[in-house]
Amino acid sequence: MAATWQDAFELPDGTAAPSAPEPAEPEEERRGVLSRLRDRLSKSRQALADELTASLGETLDAETWERLEETLILADVGAPTTARVVGELETEAESGSVDAPEQARERLIELLAETAEPGNGRIDLTQRPAVVMVVGVNGSGKTTTIGKIAWHLQRELGLSVVIAAADTYRAAATEQLETWAQRAGCEIVKGSPGGDAGAVAFDAISAAESRGADVVIVDTAGRLHTHGNLMQELAKVRRVISKRLEGAPHETLITIDSTTGQNGLRQAQAFSEAVEVSGVVLTKLDGTAKGGIALAIAGELGIPVKLIGVGETLEDLRPFDAREFARALLGS
Amino acid sequence: MFDQLSDRLQSTLSEVRSRGKLSEADVDRAMREIRLALLEADVNFKVVKSFTAELKERCLGAGVLDSLDPGQQVVKIVNEELAKLMGGAGREIVLAPSGTSVILMAGLQGSGKTTACAKLAKQLAKDGRTPALAACDTQRPAAIEQLVTVGGRAGVPVYEKGTDPDPVEIAEWALNRARAEDRDVLIVDTAGRLHVDEELMDELAAIKKRVKPHDVLLVLDAMTGQDAVNVATEFAERTDFDGIVLTKLDGDARGGAALSVKAVTGKPVMYASTGERIEELERFQPERMASRILGMGDVLSLIEKAEEVSDQQQAEELERKIRKQEFTLEDFLQQMRQLRRMGPLSNVLGMLPGMGGAMKQLKGANMDDRELDRLEAIILSMTPEERRRPEIIKGSRRKRIAQGSGSTVQSVNQLTKQFAQMQKLMKQLAEGKMPSPESIARSASRSGGPRFTR
Repeated sequence: MAATWQDAFELPDGTAAPSAPEPAEPEEERRGVLSRLRDRLSKSRQALADELTASLGETLDAETWERLEETLILADVGAPTTARVVGELETEAESGSVDAPEQARERLIELLAETAEPGNGRIDLTQRPAVVMVVGVNGSGKTTTIGKIAWHLQRELGLSVVIAAADTYRAAATEQLETWAQRAGCEIVKGSPGGDAGAVAFDAISAAESRGADVVIVDTAGRLHTHGNLMQELAKVRRVISKRLEGAPHETLITIDSTTGQNGLRQAQAFSEAVEVSGVVLTKLDGTAKGGIALAIAGELGIPVKLIGVGETLEDLRPFDAREFARALLGS
Repeated sequence: MFDQLSDRLQSTLSEVRSRGKLSEADVDRAMREIRLALLEADVNFKVVKSFTAELKERCLGAGVLDSLDPGQQVVKIVNEELAKLMGGAGREIVLAPSGTSVILMAGLQGSGKTTACAKLAKQLAKDGRTPALAACDTQRPAAIEQLVTVGGRAGVPVYEKGTDPDPVEIAEWALNRARAEDRDVLIVDTAGRLHVDEELMDELAAIKKRVKPHDVLLVLDAMTGQDAVNVATEFAERTDFDGIVLTKLDGDARGGAALSVKAVTGKPVMYASTGERIEELERFQPERMASRILGMGDVLSLIEKAEEVSDQQQAEELERKIRKQEFTLEDFLQQMRQLRRMGPLSNVLGMLPGMGGAMKQLKGANMDDRELDRLEAIILSMTPEERRRPEIIKGSRRKRIAQGSGSTVQSVNQLTKQFAQMQKLMKQLAEGKMPSPESIARSASRSGGPRFTR
């Protein structure tokens, strides 16, 4: 189970596991950040957990199943996945292996965690340079996510990173990424506004090779998955990357805003068809949204969540923990 | 998925036709379908529950007309009730009769505030106003540069002071400047913020207190899920916003969040953002949104769009040509360009009811805007004579056109073949035999679909 940044990434054989990271900030301040985060997260969740526990009652009955379903639907898990998971639990209860509401909840957390973790949840950085492409709809948090990944890889894992600013469409996207690159202390390869995104990715890989950099992260312009021409353009960027470097991109991550509802499933599906998505980054989990759509994506499309974003600071991008996520879905 | 709720309802209720009244069990089955469709559309669970409870009452009381099938009847009731819930009378933004009116834009990160600001400015400018934009997002890197760029595209001045000053101060400074420069509207862009972020919500309230906006608009992503209710409730409490701008409606999200927000806060959706282009902001239409949430297409919008881009004279001329069978590739090109002015093809098709399946087919055939580009290139590589009489396109002409348009001889062939088919169809039309959509689809699939180039 990924819990630390070291665990979240698969590094090349022979490379010693990087030493424990230098704390980026004084220990005390760091603790401050984390506890602030926990406070923020627990506020709404605690209320929900209390409500759910109280409403589950003493015995397992139709009411219990309804409550659990309601909780999951309100978390954006979606009707089909909710029905499947709660149905499974109900069957187990009928066979007698689960008999109290509290036990049912614990078992449900296990079932949810299993659903959330299809296959390998680690990000593959075994190749040199490892190319990570980041895609997603407008406003889902691509640029911010890339900035934070770059920072963690560069500062905490000691890898050298090149960012490809291949979002040549959105106004000021490159400037936004430049700010992040500065913070991370990594290199950035830029194109001209409206220029060819594939060319930027191409140049970035060349730059990484000539400098012996470890990782290339390719930012792409946000696009709605329903725009066929833009999706074809994205597929082209991927083709350019794999022509330039065999086997690349080694990871293609899609950012999904956790406030997204059932449309998230279609996003993941359409992007997968265009560029073979290998993982989800679930962003903006610091609000009251639970990001349950990620469970539907994992369950129905088999794409695992790899990272989560829980805030605006650099520490707020974290490896995904399926059990913790499942608990949060049920509000505990 | 639930692309066609009306189909599902009709099949669910097909056997009760002619029984005269819907039984409670019939209605319950119908309600189940509706609940699922609304949840799929991201309408909040609690809103769905109370909505279907009310709906059930009304359906139980409703007699089933002989001519309509019960499914249709239920669909009609659902649509009416939804539109009622969505709408009420739409309202315009409030601007002061004189002086500088202020519109404050707020919302979560990534909901599309900055773009919406510029689009709104462009609209107001089109209506003869003199708007300006204030850059108060000092949080997100390069947010100001983005506003400056999109403001430039809208042809509207952007007042910015960098990221150092307090957003409250920037807002006030911008307002003074707008007054001094005789701008009649100031649109204030703010940083995206989470509704649970106390500090930033305080800041937003402070900006509001300082510049006293005439309207506060909440920018809401149409893809938002169940949480829309929490977001809207919190923003309503802290800013008492007046209306909603619903963004990213050019995707395939049903936008049930709009319904939830309206139901919980009573605030109307005022604008809908439907594309990446700066002019793609529309006044919101509740009835149409109701149909979209139910997955029933949006014929009204389509008709209006068609009216917007076509001119009456041209249409009459076209009709005459079709009647006299003088429709040429030249006219076809013109039609195609007109179609494209209505927006991306997927948008246009998505508005047609029952096009859910057809859309998928088209996607399979890759019939999108790129394809239209290629078609256009082929036609533009023809001589005027060839466009008028495509039948003369043989051997060397075909080759020349293929080369000129960067396509293949096969593609040119396919285009002329399809065009001949179209002429045949028009002939039928002119003779008063309206072909059924199925026959059009059949004729399209016979020719191998619209796969012109590859």
